[in-house]
Amino acid sequence: MATEETGGFNIHPMDQFVVKPLFGGDELHWYTVTNQTLWLFLTVVVIVLLMVVSVRGRAMVPTRSQSIAEVIYGFVRKMIEDIAGQEGLKYFPYIFTLFMFILVANVIGLLPKSFTTTSHIVVTGVLAMAVFISVTVLGFVKHGLGFLKLFWIGSAPLPLRPVLLIIEVISYFVRPLSHSIRLAGNMMAGHAVIKVFAGFAGAMGLGAIAPIFAIVAVYGLETLVVCIQAYVFTILTCVYLNDALHPGH
Amino acid sequence: MEGDIEVMGRLIGAGLACTGMGGAAVGVGHVVGNFLAGALRNPAAAAGQTATMFIGIAFAEALGIFSFLVALLLMYAF
Repeated sequence: MATEETGGFNIHPMDQFVVKPLFGGDELHWYTVTNQTLWLFLTVVVIVLLMVVSVRGRAMVPTRSQSIAEVIYGFVRKMIEDIAGQEGLKYFPYIFTLFMFILVANVIGLLPKSFTTTSHIVVTGVLAMAVFISVTVLGFVKHGLGFLKLFWIGSAPLPLRPVLLIIEVISYFVRPLSHSIRLAGNMMAGHAVIKVFAGFAGAMGLGAIAPIFAIVAVYGLETLVVCIQAYVFTILTCVYLNDALHPGH
Repeated sequence: MEGDIEVMGRLIGAGLACTGMGGAAVGVGHVVGNFLAGALRNPAAAAGQTATMFIGIAFAEALGIFSFLVALLLMYAF
């Protein structure tokens, strides 16, 4: 591949996902402060500002930021109640934390020049594995070996059950994979698309107005996608939780 | 024009793997289209089913994401 290309087309769409140390040096250790660390930290700061500081007044007539916090709270609570039932509300803090973290990380990742932490499978993989392990443990704690009824579908005809057993087992263990890659893939693909259009704009000179409109449109779409992906991650967590609480089909 | 034939094969394979995403696009469109068709017939019941629609989208999308994963593995993991 030619590295010295002429014409302005030299924006590499994947460069924005490179993890690099903030304070000099090129080596990465587990304690190195990278741009990843910075944006994860900013995510937590924004969540604390929104959910702790802004509701500190506990006003009867909420301020703007307090009402945002209240709307999100009520939204997640209703989602859990609809999907996992009344029992699921016990796990509300965990699911709400997941939703807030993913939503805020996605949204601040959309800022120009920022780093999208959720575009890395490392981050989403940890979140998805945490959900997977805790849901599996919860299922066995609640129902003992009865949890395995999730794989042995009683309502299906008997000859079909072994086949369904295989399908169910595979789909169960593929969950953390699809759960994490869905989020990371959507984030990565969307941001890369914006960068590709930016590369077109750089190469076209005065005709760049068309790609710039395209960037605006894609950016609007991305704003929708980041919220929907946070929603989808959370709602799938609720579905898995529901499976653990009520394993019979 | 020089290079490794293995790299060429990997890149072609990654490109072919991405055709699987078209299947996911058809699946997601099918889910949403049918939801909309049903919602226009009975708008009163639609609001309660949006969560189900998103779950359906997520499951349809997961299989397209596996093809994306194969493409990524071919390009970076070998």
